[in-house]
Amino acid sequence: MVSLKQLDLTDLSVRQVNEYLHGELLEERPAGVEILNPDGLHSIAAGLDTKVNVDILGHAGYFIAGMNQQARVTIHGNVGWSVAENMMSGVVRVKGHASECAGASGHGGLLVIEGDASSRCGISLKGTEIVVGGSVGHFSAFMAQAGTLVVCGDAGPNLGDSLYEATIYVRGSIHSFGADAQEEEMQADDFEKVTDLLSRAEMNYDAREFKRVSSARSLYHWNADAHQEY
Amino acid sequence: MSSDKSIQREESASFNEHSLSYIRQAAEYGLYEIRGMGAKRRVPSFDDLIFLSASASRYPLEGYREKCESKTVLGTRYAKQPIELEIPITIAGMSFGSLSANVKEALGQAATQMGTSTTTGDGGMTPEERESSKTLVYQCLPSRYGFNPHDLRKADAIEMVLGQGAKPGGGGMLLGQKVSPRVAQMRTLPEGIDQRSACRHPDWTGPDDLKIKIEELREITDWKIPVYVKMGATRVREDVKLAVKAGADVVVIDGMQGGTAATQQVFIEHTGIPTLAALPLAVEALSDMNVLGEVQLIISGGIRTGADVAKALALGADAVSIGQGVLIALGCNHHAYQQADGEEVDVTADYAKLGTAPGYCHHCHTGQCPVGITTQDPALEPRLIPEIGAKRLKNYLQVLNMELTTLARACGKSNVHHLEKEDLAALTVEAAAMAKVPLAGTSWIPGSGSV
Amino acid sequence: MCGIVGFLARSEADRARLGQLVTPMLECMATRGPDSAGLALFRSPLPAASRRFALYAGDRAFDWQALNTQYQADNNCTATVEAVENHAALLTDLEAGPFKAWLGRTCPEVHLLSAGHAIEIYKDEGHPEEIARRFHFSEMVGTHAVGHTRMATESAVSPAHAHPFTAGEDFCLVHNGSLSNPYSVRRKLESLGIAFETDNDTEAGCRFLEWRMREGDTLETAIEVAQAELDGFYTFLMATADKMVLVRDAFACKPAVVAETDDYVAVSSEFRSLAHLPDIKHAHVYEPAPEQIYSWSV
Repeated sequence: MVSLKQLDLTDLSVRQVNEYLHGELLEERPAGVEILNPDGLHSIAAGLDTKVNVDILGHAGYFIAGMNQQARVTIHGNVGWSVAENMMSGVVRVKGHASECAGASGHGGLLVIEGDASSRCGISLKGTEIVVGGSVGHFSAFMAQAGTLVVCGDAGPNLGDSLYEATIYVRGSIHSFGADAQEEEMQADDFEKVTDLLSRAEMNYDAREFKRVSSARSLYHWNADAHQEY
Repeated sequence: MSSDKSIQREESASFNEHSLSYIRQAAEYGLYEIRGMGAKRRVPSFDDLIFLSASASRYPLEGYREKCESKTVLGTRYAKQPIELEIPITIAGMSFGSLSANVKEALGQAATQMGTSTTTGDGGMTPEERESSKTLVYQCLPSRYGFNPHDLRKADAIEMVLGQGAKPGGGGMLLGQKVSPRVAQMRTLPEGIDQRSACRHPDWTGPDDLKIKIEELREITDWKIPVYVKMGATRVREDVKLAVKAGADVVVIDGMQGGTAATQQVFIEHTGIPTLAALPLAVEALSDMNVLGEVQLIISGGIRTGADVAKALALGADAVSIGQGVLIALGCNHHAYQQADGEEVDVTADYAKLGTAPGYCHHCHTGQCPVGITTQDPALEPRLIPEIGAKRLKNYLQVLNMELTTLARACGKSNVHHLEKEDLAALTVEAAAMAKVPLAGTSWIPGSGSV
Repeated sequence: MCGIVGFLARSEADRARLGQLVTPMLECMATRGPDSAGLALFRSPLPAASRRFALYAGDRAFDWQALNTQYQADNNCTATVEAVENHAALLTDLEAGPFKAWLGRTCPEVHLLSAGHAIEIYKDEGHPEEIARRFHFSEMVGTHAVGHTRMATESAVSPAHAHPFTAGEDFCLVHNGSLSNPYSVRRKLESLGIAFETDNDTEAGCRFLEWRMREGDTLETAIEVAQAELDGFYTFLMATADKMVLVRDAFACKPAVVAETDDYVAVSSEFRSLAHLPDIKHAHVYEPAPEQIYSWSV
């Protein structure tokens, strides 16, 4: 058994790295994989479906750990658009900042962004739990259907626009709500959920500092007199 | 001189019965109308073209003896495993949700028997569908309902959907009555609510970022399966070029007659260009990019007959895709459904309850399909028996392909893909201008400058 | 739909190797824009009376010396010409208006790419790497530069449709995105007597901003007016003789990343093209927020 597998993107292509992660890795079973010199390259560690720790050492590009299943992927830097998009399970952790659409359409697993996430974080969310240590940009959790977005910093404009059944918790200020999103009273299970997520994300805040945002459900059925924003 | 009576009864051309009814509906409900199917207005179509089949200058193949090949290969550009089909006629993407599980199964069975492909839709892949379809194309839509890497890896091709002919630029709409427990569960939505689909993808915008997205999908599927890019027909020449630049193996163009399960009527009738106009633009774009034959072209939107298929191929399509025609073969808009014993049960009264009649129905959005096709209602769904539906659909596809090969042989072709636009003439000036083939009896192509 | 790059050198050392720093950034963005490429270079400004005119000819064997001789004879003034293939810079004391008029009369096959005291634009159709090589981008020296690789959306692939676009003097703009009302903006400007050279949406944005600046706006206030009038998607990177300015539309659908150190400000569509800049590991790397105007001075 290999203790730690190092793959350097200055010598290997993303294709070769992913080919290893999708194939040889399953036989070799290293204790972990380190990917060096990501240098903003795209789709690194996309499509993993095995329990393995992958550390990406540096700033990476779009679609990092896309559609992740089972794996625990840590990016020691910033990521471009749509990190962990359509994630099913596992843990993806960004030590730096994430660009737009972080966690888009994710079904499961935990996405932690230690820095800020920009626009449309958690767009179309379907079950993934996202914890952002910093702030999120505009239209975050747009059309989010299920799952949780915890924001330890501030939320930008149009938070939770056209929200379905996902829940958002914000510690800082909320610039504005999108259509059909509203603030609600925190209940016992909200405190429990936030506490649990903060602890799993290794964030040191008190759940009592958070506000709960969820859907007013006024867009769920046609109603001509409601001036709905369809 | 018009009599008093005719003045009294003269219908306004602008405010005719159609417009009056539209305005009354708007005033009463305060919401735009949602409906299913495609554009109802008359637009120039493949009907306006005819074949210049063989006589003295060209010789036909013997209709019943000399073989005419209809095999079709799609996705040869980058994929390790291109799609190989027996016929150039594929089943268009229609979701489980808009269609019942029985119907999806019937589509799979018929397509498999005919050696062609089916396509998933918004809402993901059902096990029945995967099971019954030999070749299944998995759509990646803006909503990403039910989209996941398990099913992606089971797919034979991926279709990245930027839009459809019925509603380019618009999102879909599935009204609450169709969001059954199973549909809701597959789409991660609460049961019974109106589902609003997005019109832009959640994780990329624009062709430069689409290129990166397509690469991600290829990385996840290890560059094995082809990636199609499907678009509604609007700025076709530019859009096809961008799809090619973004890395598509196959481009799918859906003309304005293309159907939908449910969207705003204003989209259906007022967006997109006719299939007849879209196809030559797409071919020109591929030619300009020097990828004819390398990137395949599928055309869809109002394809009904073997003649339509033959004309589409002659104008440069590699294959066609059919949605509404397939539903009609299954019994859509028929006055009755067929029981297991073969007996027909008249459902005209059920059409009447929807305020319509057989032949005029576009009420897919209601989920109350009288013949059990576009429904999730447990009482209506059994009206379509998968085996019966599959048999009817197989027959339909078989007729289309027989008509296609018959026309091809009559034009002297031993392969349907050898049909060419010079085999066609147009019956109307509009069709000649759009299809860029000469008006019948002349060498005049409007707009080409040649007389 | 495209890749955009920009680099503003704060140190003398980086000014001396501006081309070496910005060329790999541009080449890296070829994947976003394989159709054509261009670079606007800003040098230390010429004296007030002098101007540099960047010229483009379709013919790669164009006789630039003959053009210069003709120019001097017709205008009774001195000029020098520096030519690379079908691109040349003419340095002279004539103002932009009369120069453009003379060029249009005498040599309509030659296009004026830029005019001003500091700016010089190079652009052509073809792969960005090939264009960078042909015009020796890596040897360029200056204070700042903006570059572009183009994936043509609606208008044609031609040298004139390549970015950077310019209007007036010492101003240029590169664009990633697509405007949705370019024709009405264009008609408005045309009614004010502003002439267009292409049907490209970016040209409408560029001429709009230059028009506002001629009316007395600063570039920043011009952008604020433009934000209300231009619709659609855009990440605009602009430069004047002493500034580099960035703005994204309200939806922020097209990407941008900024890296700042004491020595430079670098902007690109993707981090990938910043990844090999010197000292990038210690740079402040951030994503510009929607609608906010970012302005860096030389």
